[in-house]
Amino acid sequence: MTQATVGERIREVGFLRRQLTRPELAAIAGAILVFAFFAITAGDQGFLTFGGTISYLQVAAQLGIVAVPVAMLMIAGEFDLSVGSMVGAAGIIIAITVTQYGWPLFAGVLLACAVALLVGFFNGYLVIKTGLPSFIVTLAMLFALRGLTIGFSRLITGRTQIGGLSEATQGDVLFPIFAGEVAGIPVSVFWWIGLAVLGTWVLQRTAFGNWIFGSGGDPVAARNVGVPVNRVKIILFMCTALSAALLATIQVMDAGSADVLRGELLELQAIAASVIGGVLLTGGYGSVVGAVFGALIFGMVQQGIFFTGVNTDWFLVFVGVMLLVAVLFNNVIRNRASKG
Amino acid sequence: MRVIARLALLFAVALVVLAGCGQQGGQQEGEGEQGGGGGLVPREEINIEFVTHASPDPFWSVVQNGVNQAAEDMGVNVNYRELDSYDIPQLQRNLEAAIAADPDGMVVSIPDPDALNDKIREATENGIPVVVINAGENDWRDVGALTYVGQTEYDAGVAAGERMAQEGVRSALCINHEQGNITLDMRCEGFEKGLGGQVKQIAVQPDPTAARNGIKTALRQNPDVEGLLTLNPGIADQALRALEESGRSEDVTFATFDLSPSVLRAVSRGEMLFATDQQQWLQGYLPIVLLTNYIQYGVRPVNTEIPTGPAFITEENAEQVIDLSRQGIR
Repeated sequence: MTQATVGERIREVGFLRRQLTRPELAAIAGAILVFAFFAITAGDQGFLTFGGTISYLQVAAQLGIVAVPVAMLMIAGEFDLSVGSMVGAAGIIIAITVTQYGWPLFAGVLLACAVALLVGFFNGYLVIKTGLPSFIVTLAMLFALRGLTIGFSRLITGRTQIGGLSEATQGDVLFPIFAGEVAGIPVSVFWWIGLAVLGTWVLQRTAFGNWIFGSGGDPVAARNVGVPVNRVKIILFMCTALSAALLATIQVMDAGSADVLRGELLELQAIAASVIGGVLLTGGYGSVVGAVFGALIFGMVQQGIFFTGVNTDWFLVFVGVMLLVAVLFNNVIRNRASKG
Repeated sequence: MRVIARLALLFAVALVVLAGCGQQGGQQEGEGEQGGGGGLVPREEINIEFVTHASPDPFWSVVQNGVNQAAEDMGVNVNYRELDSYDIPQLQRNLEAAIAADPDGMVVSIPDPDALNDKIREATENGIPVVVINAGENDWRDVGALTYVGQTEYDAGVAAGERMAQEGVRSALCINHEQGNITLDMRCEGFEKGLGGQVKQIAVQPDPTAARNGIKTALRQNPDVEGLLTLNPGIADQALRALEESGRSEDVTFATFDLSPSVLRAVSRGEMLFATDQQQWLQGYLPIVLLTNYIQYGVRPVNTEIPTGPAFITEENAEQVIDLSRQGIR
């Protein structure tokens, strides 16, 4: 938890202080707060039922799958604004190869993953080579990738939405892996949890995790002690793009269609989930668990508002206020804890 | 070095000469037009600017396919300008750029009359013939356009509501996936009028899973509701799933605006009452034909608008439309 810098790691820290400085604390508290809010206002309207829980868990899971690697990349000091466009691109790749060229589903998915890895590598390589902020490089990728997706899908199919995938995917062996259910729970939730566990393990228990913190905290110092900062960052860019391809696969099978505009604003939601979860915009500090709860807050707010029966016009206001409150809360806690 | 400099100079002179020729050609066309379309303009020299609030979604893809086909059939040049998102200032700039290109004809949409009417009027007053499509049914005469090709959204909503009322539906949900888009509001309002009953608007996120779960919850919140209307095919797919998963497929009458292959399949299977079709292919195709004929011969439909919708696709005629929808024509 406290290996943000070498100095902190060897400092003696009391248990309570350690708990209070956990980056995900505010997000967990925020999630409890949001849950309580909807339980009180809409508990008798189905929010607390199994179906209601699944409703927001599924939405949170789809955001969370991308938010996990996005948080890790942010801890390493970089942004990836192209994940939303990547979701649209990967979905269209799968849909076109399957419906237009008759490829088996797994081949379409593999191609989408390969393209994603390539895009991720390109993002990382460009950031390292040019020294430009990743914010700008991936912003350029956001536009270019979305444009390519629109251009190619219209060139090949004359449409920008490709449906009719249910027939092709429903019976496929891959379907239960990506869009099936286990005990009534969509598998996307398990993907989310699985990725979160994996991400946490990497971040907390492996050398690579330390490298991530080092790359984001003080890249010069990290390089001096032998951390391959460039490699760490490129790998993480590839991970974010791959997670977008994974989400696209899940969505294509779940929704039975692909759309060039899918994933719009996802990049900002993933960053917001990470920030709610205590990841610093400047890098070097944060946790995957925090991003998981950030995504959970997003899902609960987004779906919970339907249960309250409140006019859905106000959804974005809710999200904005929640975001601000969570981050302020986070700051207060951290300042207080560090002053002791 | 000197050789290169000379070549560059030669190239620059050639460019200037060419540009001059181009301008002259343009002026001649303009004169022909003002003379009531007396002269025959070679079709390959006709340039039409297509400036609308089109975005890269399935609906406008079909419009663009219509434009491309018409440009090919007529043998004219069309410059299609699209928005990447619904953005009126951007549309204003596109319009200005299109007018500055001094085209022989223009196709425009008017989603925001206050922001756009003056500019379009300026174009028509300068002798550029204009056809309004899709949005602007109340403004086309005002800006001096030749005609309007499209569907009046409110009326289409009314027609959809009346159709659903015939099935005995008295209360319904109208699912809005893009809040702030005036045409969607008008559809829902018209729907309420036509239904003559109670309609509740529900806003959902365009993301498929979020939309589906939102619709599911809305259905649970409104157990007495008898009808459901979605405003685009993507959301319709999710609404179908939501109905199925909440066990309401039987007791809720469901319909949507606009077509897609999967919507048509659902209609042909009887899972949906109808899909309204505004035949937007024609909104791309007809203006090019109208303008070509007007620029060449000065002929046009007089003092009338050309409604392209709503046409209704039901169980009876869905099958025949499926293939065309797959090709991006319907």
